[in-house]
Amino acid sequence: MSKVLIISVSLGYLLLLFVLAYWAERRGRWHQSLVSNPWVYALSLGVYCTAWTFYGSVGQAATGGLRFLPIFLGPSLAAPIWLLVMRKMIIISKHQRITSIADFLSSRYGKSTSMGVLTALVAVIGIVPYISIQLKAISQSYLLLSGQTTGTEWPFYLDPAFYITLLLALFIILFGTRNLDPNERHEGMVAAIAFESLFKLIIFLAVGLFVVFGLFNGFGPLFEQGFRDASIAQTFRLDQAQVTGWEWFWMIALSMGAIFLLPRQFHVAVVENTDPDHLTKSAWLLPLYLLLINVLVIPIAVGGLILFPGSNIDPDTFVLSIPLETGHTQMALLAGLGGFSAASGMVIVSVIALSIMINNQLVLPLIFKPRWPGMDIRGSLKLPLLTIRRIAMLVVMILAYWFFRVVAREYTLVSIGLISFTAIAQFAPALFAGMYWKQANKAGAIAGVSIGFLMWAFLLPASTLIEAGILPGSVFGLQPFWEDWMAYSDNARIAHTAFWSLLFNAGALFLGAMYRKPTPLEITQADLFVDIYKYAEAKGAYQVIRRKARIGDLRRVMVRFLGKPKTKVILEGYHRRSGHPIGDHDTGQSELINLAETHLAGAIGASSAKAVMASIVKDDPMGLEEMFQILEQTQEILQYSQELERKSRELEQTSQQLRQANEKLKELDKLKAEFIATVTHELRTPITSIKAMSKILLDNPEVSGEQRTEFLRILVAESERIARLINQVLDIEQIDNQLDDPPVPVDLVPLVRQSVQGVQAMVEDRRISVDLDLPEGSLRVLGNRDRLTQVVMNLLSNALKFTDPDQGEIRINLREEGHQALISVGDNGKGIAPDKQKLIFEKFTQVSDQQQGKPAGSGLGLFITRKIVEQHRGQIMLTSSPGAGTEFTVALPKFLVPVDAFTWR
Amino acid sequence: MPYRRYTTKLVGLFAAGLLAFNFPVVGLLDTRASVGGIPLAYLLLFLSWGVFIILLIRIVSRHPGNKGTRHE
Repeated sequence: MSKVLIISVSLGYLLLLFVLAYWAERRGRWHQSLVSNPWVYALSLGVYCTAWTFYGSVGQAATGGLRFLPIFLGPSLAAPIWLLVMRKMIIISKHQRITSIADFLSSRYGKSTSMGVLTALVAVIGIVPYISIQLKAISQSYLLLSGQTTGTEWPFYLDPAFYITLLLALFIILFGTRNLDPNERHEGMVAAIAFESLFKLIIFLAVGLFVVFGLFNGFGPLFEQGFRDASIAQTFRLDQAQVTGWEWFWMIALSMGAIFLLPRQFHVAVVENTDPDHLTKSAWLLPLYLLLINVLVIPIAVGGLILFPGSNIDPDTFVLSIPLETGHTQMALLAGLGGFSAASGMVIVSVIALSIMINNQLVLPLIFKPRWPGMDIRGSLKLPLLTIRRIAMLVVMILAYWFFRVVAREYTLVSIGLISFTAIAQFAPALFAGMYWKQANKAGAIAGVSIGFLMWAFLLPASTLIEAGILPGSVFGLQPFWEDWMAYSDNARIAHTAFWSLLFNAGALFLGAMYRKPTPLEITQADLFVDIYKYAEAKGAYQVIRRKARIGDLRRVMVRFLGKPKTKVILEGYHRRSGHPIGDHDTGQSELINLAETHLAGAIGASSAKAVMASIVKDDPMGLEEMFQILEQTQEILQYSQELERKSRELEQTSQQLRQANEKLKELDKLKAEFIATVTHELRTPITSIKAMSKILLDNPEVSGEQRTEFLRILVAESERIARLINQVLDIEQIDNQLDDPPVPVDLVPLVRQSVQGVQAMVEDRRISVDLDLPEGSLRVLGNRDRLTQVVMNLLSNALKFTDPDQGEIRINLREEGHQALISVGDNGKGIAPDKQKLIFEKFTQVSDQQQGKPAGSGLGLFITRKIVEQHRGQIMLTSSPGAGTEFTVALPKFLVPVDAFTWR
Repeated sequence: MPYRRYTTKLVGLFAAGLLAFNFPVVGLLDTRASVGGIPLAYLLLFLSWGVFIILLIRIVSRHPGNKGTRHE
């Protein structure tokens, strides 16, 4: 194929990109954005697929079967959480105007310059070789299409790849530096990248379909031929001999990391994102894209292996050489363009992302030392800054070209790509811990990334350079180690390096978080990153550090970096929202300073913005004394409120007690009233009969003597009843007001005997037998003799009252049981129904029934008995059943100490 | 509450995918067999990849927050 044709088609393609980018840029300026939709966003994420995908996958498949797949499975499998993590990452980045992954890490770890420098260096060292293999792919495909074998001997100015590099650099400079703040999107660039993604997919599918249907009449015949050759059939196997589970896992893990961490992915996914909701659709569009671009890799590889058995055609070039060797030159040219689009897309975005990092993290910190003395330089710095960024772009491109000329020629696309992935993976612990773990701090992050990066540099690039003969095998004096290490396959080396470097990286991060103290700014930033949703809603941040600056100074700095119009918009917007004055001599508070710093960070990165602000802002850190004051105040308020709480608790308790007392009083009052009512009622009955009898006697003097005697007898009986009642009421009163006399030891034996003798007269009136059972000697209790006599008398008279006058039997028994003295008085009366047994010890309770009517008595006897027994710390029990008699038992604590040994009082 | 459930589903799908597409599970596909001339390992790998994407689409499209505007 003629060189002129190839070059003019390539130039035509580039021109198309320029036009497209220019058009999108204009549309964007008229607010009819082409790129602000999820489809374009998802396509732009397809920048993940590079020449590595386009050429390298087929090469991998031809030599190692399904081994090429994990690199694409990783991002697909990560998609469900990519959606969640990216949303947070985007919201953080928009809130803080973060412009690169280095800026992200620097900002998270206290806007640290050293973190930014480290991250940017790792990114540049890790990615430049990756860019160089894209240039290699472009160069190789040019050589192949133009029918030349090798072009390495040319000086660079005759090398077409050099001019392609320059052309790409021109495109990048034109469309990648429209604004100083990369957050003001590069719509043209995004449109071009999305187009390239679509283009490479279509071309790759076309080449695949051409191989399957154009050359082999469909999948069936193609695979049928493949199956015939055992070495080709190996291609469709998932044989662990070709890739171990360990390597497979680490390739998936590394590519998962890459979709989050690669500078170009961060750039298209975060910096160029216009709406976090676009993530939702792209979360499945990206895996779908990856599936589509891989589904025909195996058929193309199989086709190539069948077509060129045993030839020396590099499988990495099958996509081009199959159509070329079968004479389909137009197809081959298209395939070459597809490869060019895959490579150039990656180069464009990577160089933009790296140049922002170089500019903001490496160059600017050198210019803006803290307390920069050059603040009085007149004029805007916007243009010089853009120039620095453009120079950075050119430097990266030339570095990549140089690397390609010197090293990359020897290597496959895949091996260098994976080495880059492993370098970038070193950001993973610091980044993910930074987003979800507040304790992660700068010391740990820097230590982690440094250790991980050094291990990576030692194990992968150094060994690659030794392998390429650029470094001698005896380097570091570790020849035996290098020999063993080189014996591993590429994939095994990647897997082991990834494991060990990430292990030490994460370990260092953890130890740093445990044993190093963060600065106040680190704490503020950590809180902001981890709890970003809270801050994004509140639109503000609390301040550990308070700052002040003259608004005149602020305005000057902002104009210098952002230009006049934008500064005006920002300051007036602030004035409208907050109402604070914005005259040159007013003092700006923390809120305005943060706002200005955030916008500056968008232009020059967080750490440089911090340094620039430091030159005009008076740090007004809280003094120790002030902090103590605040603490003290808080302490006082806390104590005061605790005191209040305690008081209110006490008050509540008191009122509760009062309420209870009141209730008790009410209850007592009620009882008293009831008692009086009952007593008066009980008194009225005998008085009524006394009154009636007396009246009869008075009105009828002629009443016979016999009748008179009868009436007088009733009068006496009723009077006695009244007297008894009154005595008992008085007794209750006395008992209630209690034990006036001190208790003395009382011997129960004589007491019971005397009581029985006291009722002897009543017993003799009737035919009742009395059975008295007393112990030998004495049985003493502590108490009041008269009261105890009253107890026995009450029980005896009760028994007499309820036994049959003709066949009555009364048993009195005194005995000791353990520490108790028991007095029981039983009868063979009619007994007490179980439901009444509890009641009879209450006031004015009398057991009555229909046949017998109301028995004689006041109803106070047993109540008094119980009261007395309880006052002697005793108990009264009742066993009874209707018809079987009743037995009352009084249990009193025995008096144990002999009287002479007892000192009374 | 629905947001937490949504997150759980996504994380669950992620974990399931990670298990399914790693050894030893993915090693079950290592076979010489073919269906309609197409190698089974190749076919099944891409089919299950497709199923994974369909599951993801289902979870994402059923979340009410994703129908209209933003959530959080």
